[in-house]
Amino acid sequence: MSVPTDLRYTKDHEWVRVDGDTATVGITAYAAGQLGDIVFVELPEAGRSLGQFAVFGVVESVKAVSDLFAPISGEVLESNAALAANPELVNSSPYGDGWMVLVRVTDPAQLDELLGPDAYDDLIAAG
Amino acid sequence: MLGALGLTSVDQLFEDIPEALRASSLDLPDPEPELQLAASLSAMAGRNRTDLASFLGAGVYRHWSPPAVDQLLLRGEWYTAYTPYQPEISQGTLQSIYEYESLIAELVGLDVVSASHYEGAAATAEAALMSCRATRRDRVLVSRAVHPHYRGTLRTYFGGDLVLEEVPLVADGDGAGTTDLAALERLLADIDRPVAGVIAAQPNFLGLLEPMPAIGELAHAAGALFISVVEPVSLAVLAPPGAYGADIAAGEGQPLGIAPQYGGPYLGILASTDALVRQIPGRLVGLATDLDGQRAFVMTMRAREQDIRRDKAASNICTNQALLALAASVYLATIGPHGLRDVAALGAARAAELEAALAAAGAPRIHAGPYLNEFAVRVPDAPLVHRRLLGRGVLAGLVLAEAEPDDPSMVDGLLVCTTEVTTSDEIAHFADALSDVLGGRPPAAVEAGAGTDRRSVAGGVR
Repeated sequence: MSVPTDLRYTKDHEWVRVDGDTATVGITAYAAGQLGDIVFVELPEAGRSLGQFAVFGVVESVKAVSDLFAPISGEVLESNAALAANPELVNSSPYGDGWMVLVRVTDPAQLDELLGPDAYDDLIAAG
Repeated sequence: MLGALGLTSVDQLFEDIPEALRASSLDLPDPEPELQLAASLSAMAGRNRTDLASFLGAGVYRHWSPPAVDQLLLRGEWYTAYTPYQPEISQGTLQSIYEYESLIAELVGLDVVSASHYEGAAATAEAALMSCRATRRDRVLVSRAVHPHYRGTLRTYFGGDLVLEEVPLVADGDGAGTTDLAALERLLADIDRPVAGVIAAQPNFLGLLEPMPAIGELAHAAGALFISVVEPVSLAVLAPPGAYGADIAAGEGQPLGIAPQYGGPYLGILASTDALVRQIPGRLVGLATDLDGQRAFVMTMRAREQDIRRDKAASNICTNQALLALAASVYLATIGPHGLRDVAALGAARAAELEAALAAAGAPRIHAGPYLNEFAVRVPDAPLVHRRLLGRGVLAGLVLAEAEPDDPSMVDGLLVCTTEVTTSDEIAHFADALSDVLGGRPPAAVEAGAGTDRRSVAGGVR
C-alpha cells in the first residue's frame, strides 16, 4: 500500500500537504497503525509558532504516547477540533478528516528536506 | 544471573551509584527473640502520652473512627495486595478505589479524583505543578495561611525554573489572619510574570475562613488556576471547592477515620475539574464493560502515568495510598453524610465553648474572623505556658512561634482545636489549668512526664 503522492513526509511519520502559503499536517497510516487505537491528541493552540522537527504535540493510544514533530516551521492557524471528540479519525482517515494542524508556512524551502512518497515508502518497507 | 550478564560480582550492578551515596554498615542491634522484641517495642510505645486532654490540630485531627474501619482494613484481601494492574483479578480493589474516588468527588464537588497521594502536602505540590503544566506558566502564588509544612514541601518541589511566591496575610482588623486580597491582586498584576496557580486553604492554617470565591475570581481574571487546600470533614458544612470555582482541590484525608499515627501514613487527596483530567497525576479508576457486557472496573487513562509516559508523565508518582483510601471510604460510608455533618457541627460547637472558656481564663482569640473548629489565642510566653499546661495534663494545641518562627504576629500564640471527641470536661480542665498557670498557682497534682515543673510559680508566669 503506497502513500499519497501529493504529500511530503518526515522520518517520524508525519505528512504535510502544502496549499499556497498554508500547509496541513498529520500522521501517516503506518504511524496510526503502529500506535493502535488513538484515544487522545494534544494539539497546539492557534498562534503558536512551530519550528521544523520540533515537538508540536502528543498523540496517545491505548498503549503508547508519542511526540508529534513538525515537518516545517510555521504559525499555527488552526488545530483540528474534531479530534477532541473523535480521536479515532486519525486511524480511520489519517490523510483526510484525521488531519492535525493547519499552519502558515514561513520557509517553503524546508520542504526540500522532507521525504518524497517513494523515499517514505522505502523507509516503512525497511521497517 | 551474573554469568548471563557477563559480571563477576553483585557489587558491579551498583557501580552507577556514587560512592558517597552508598549505604555503609547499618549498625543494628543484635537480633532478639520475638517475645522479647515485642516487649521492648511495647515499652517504647508506652512512652506515648495518651493521657492528655488534647487540643492539638494544625493539619492532623483526632476523630472517632468506627470499629468497622480497622476490622475491614485487616482483611488479607485489603491489607497486603493493593496494586490493581491486572483487572481480571483485582475487581474488588478497583471497585473500592472507584468508590473512594466517587465519595471524594461528592465531598469536594469536582469531577475527577485520583486514587490518592502520600499526604496533603505532596498532593498540594502536585496541584501546583498541574497548574504550571496546564497554563504553561512557571509562577505559583501560595497564601501564607496555607500550612507551613505544605509551603515547605512546595519549596522542595519548586526551585529550578519554577517560582513559588507567598501571598501575605491581612495584619489587622476583621480580616486579620486571612489572605490579603489587595496584595494578591498586586502579585497577579505583573503581566511579564504571569501566574499559573493561586493556592489558598479553607479553613486556613490559623483555623480562619477565607474569602475563597474572591480569591478564585482574582486568580481566574489573571488567567491562573485556583487551587483549594481542604480539610475533608469541614466539607460537610462548608461550601466545597467545586461550588466556588476551584480548578483543583488538594488536602489531607487523615481526618476521615485515620488515627494521627504520629505523622503518618496519611492520605493525599487530589481532585480537579474534567478539563484537567489529563494533567492530574495518580491512578484513575473507571467503570467499563468487559467482552461479555458485564460491569468491570479498570484503571483508565493509563497513558498519563509514568510507566508509559516516562519523562513526559505528569508526575513520578504511579502508586496510591490504597489502604488509607479504603479507610477513608469505609469511614465515609459508615458515618454517612448526616453523620459527617454531625461530626463537623459538634466540633464547631465545642470550639465556641472553648473560645469562651479560654477567654474567661485569660487567653483571648488573636483574630476576629469566623472559624470552624480551630483558632489561635494569645497568652504571655506561650512556649512556657504550653509546657506548664502539659504538666497539668493538657496538650494546649500548637505553639505558633515554633511553627512560624519568622512571623512576629505569631508570638505568644497557641493554635487550639476541638473535634467531636473533645468533651466539656476537657474544656473545663483546660480553662482551669490555664487560670492556674496564668495566676501563678501550682498544679493540684504533680503529673509525671515531659514539662512537669515542681517549683511553684509566684506572681505570674516567668
